[in-house]
Amino acid sequence: MDGFSWIVLSPIKQEIFLSLVGMLLLLVGAFRGKTSVGFIVTAVVVAACGAIAGILSGDWTPIDTLSGMLIVDGFSEWMKVLILSGIVVSLLLSVSWLRENNLLKFEYPILVLFSGVGMLFMVSANNLLSLYVSLELSSLCLYVLAAINRDHLLSSEAGLKYFILGALSSGLLLFGISLVYGYSGTLSYVGISSFLETAESMPYGIMVGMIFMLAGLAFKISAVPFHMWTPDVYHGAPTPVTALFAIVPKVAAFGLIIRLLVGPFAMLAQESAQIIMVISVGSMLVGAFAGLVQNNIKRLLAYSSIANMGYAMLGLLPNVPEGIAGTIIYLTIYMVMVAGVFGILMSLKRNGQSIETISDFAGLSKTSPFMAYAMTALLFSMSGIPPMAGFFGKFFVFQAAIAGGYMVVAVIGVLTSVVAAYYYLRLIKVMFFDESAGNVDENTSLSRHFVTVGALVFVLIFTLLPNHLLQRAIEAATSLFS
Amino acid sequence: MIGVLAFYAFAVVLIVSSLLVITARNPVHSVLFLILAFFNAAGLFVLLGAEFVAMILVIVYVGAVAVLFLFVVMMLDIDFSKLRNGAKQFAPLGGFVGLALLAELIMLYQVWPNPPPLLEPDVLDVDNTKALGNVLYTQYVFPFQVSGLILLVAMIGAIVLTLRTRGGVLRQRVGAQVERSEADSVEIQNVSVGTGVSNV
Repeated sequence: MDGFSWIVLSPIKQEIFLSLVGMLLLLVGAFRGKTSVGFIVTAVVVAACGAIAGILSGDWTPIDTLSGMLIVDGFSEWMKVLILSGIVVSLLLSVSWLRENNLLKFEYPILVLFSGVGMLFMVSANNLLSLYVSLELSSLCLYVLAAINRDHLLSSEAGLKYFILGALSSGLLLFGISLVYGYSGTLSYVGISSFLETAESMPYGIMVGMIFMLAGLAFKISAVPFHMWTPDVYHGAPTPVTALFAIVPKVAAFGLIIRLLVGPFAMLAQESAQIIMVISVGSMLVGAFAGLVQNNIKRLLAYSSIANMGYAMLGLLPNVPEGIAGTIIYLTIYMVMVAGVFGILMSLKRNGQSIETISDFAGLSKTSPFMAYAMTALLFSMSGIPPMAGFFGKFFVFQAAIAGGYMVVAVIGVLTSVVAAYYYLRLIKVMFFDESAGNVDENTSLSRHFVTVGALVFVLIFTLLPNHLLQRAIEAATSLFS
Repeated sequence: MIGVLAFYAFAVVLIVSSLLVITARNPVHSVLFLILAFFNAAGLFVLLGAEFVAMILVIVYVGAVAVLFLFVVMMLDIDFSKLRNGAKQFAPLGGFVGLALLAELIMLYQVWPNPPPLLEPDVLDVDNTKALGNVLYTQYVFPFQVSGLILLVAMIGAIVLTLRTRGGVLRQRVGAQVERSEADSVEIQNVSVGTGVSNV
């Protein structure tokens, strides 16, 4: 490879490496069939870990490449580390569950890998065109994954629903992009922001385009009023796929939104803050109140994720580095907690059947004390009780919102988190004080156990060593504004 | 003058046929009107001087997508009138949303300052197939490659979701055929008169 193409391609060498690995493993799978599944999963996990190491040891100075289509800076690199860790964790969680339920196909890890590649491109998109294609790459893999249990009615329904609503949201996004392009004459983020800076009159066309784009992206992070698909898809998809949905894609979509709001639409911060405010308050309210009446744990987690997206959005309101850093920390902690909860959820089985309703958790403290206590710690953390990690996540976003003058929104956030605490605590009450619903099977998967214990340790000791993460998040956020 | 006339002819037929796509009772008629709409859109592109896009529209949309639709409509036994009845109850809401969007677009059109100049290749200088080729592999190589990945994923997805390995399929296995030896395929029986073959 000559020097020129190396200069152009080296900022995205991790992505190129991962896509090549994906294609190679596809060939291995196509020729070797079912026998190669274990090898392919291991190879994907190793490749993703290698890419994480490559990013962490690499140079984080901002550089745009491929004629401004992509930008690589501290923010995108940190988001990439989060996304790849999420991919690794969700694969570690899912393999044995899929094998036990006879769903492990060799395409599964490859689709997860390609959707990961799409998400890596999403967070470094610097042009509306690259934004769209990378979003589609990751979404298309997720549609297929939701329906991967194709003989099961709920899974097929989940896949179809996700696909149709996802196509609708892509339509909204594209319509918004076309408006922005028509009124500004450019697709590149830099071009749009310089157009807005020099515009003489209020650029209504771009504003409406931005609203459409935010609507399309709100679908992807399942924020109210575009949340309808979430409970059904979470419920219908196989549990490992639900875990993947809960852990990874939202981080990537958030990365995309943050870069849009800070970069090209920075001049429209006042207008975008109004939209974010409505979406955020709506998500917090719906997530808290609709979660109260759920009996299925996966649906409960869906509403919980809706509420959590509302909280994470609080940090975007003031459009300052501290707020963005708060959002990044919130997302990081949320990812870890959700991974732990799903690890426990997939480990718990009764007579070979997965546990899905809340009443199945009854008396878990007697039959499986470790699981019960780990779940309790994670749920305390999710409801934001100090000194668990979840408290600090909420603390930073609320602090950012109050510092930016969004007092009312922050108060609503605190109140809804009290409401949401009810359903987390109810689960704890069921586990500790209800009559036992019978023994649960032993957890046989070491990797799942590893993830659960890792998440538990993170949640418990975050309060002792928060500085490293804080530092990274603030660096990532400030790199956006430089 | 002829250009303007052609534009209005194409535009009117395009709008009428796309309306008929969604109102025609027979789904096969809908697809046929869709094809007509594609042809008229291609005509509009030719008027703009974008003959490459026009050809692509005809080849890809008419040649592949519309024909595929036609097959799907004919093969699947879907009762469209039943589907339409269900959709009617949402018509007021849909109409409201559509009207609101239309009003917004009209207002937007009125405040359109002066459209910023878009990049245009000189039509006389370079024909637009060449102009597209010039940027497709240079400036837009990233979206182009990622589109390739998207198509790959679409292919994987279609196979994962639909491929079923059935038992009892007769396939030629060349290796097994070549491996066959006389010893395990032919057996010499000594048949005595009046008894027939006993141990088959």
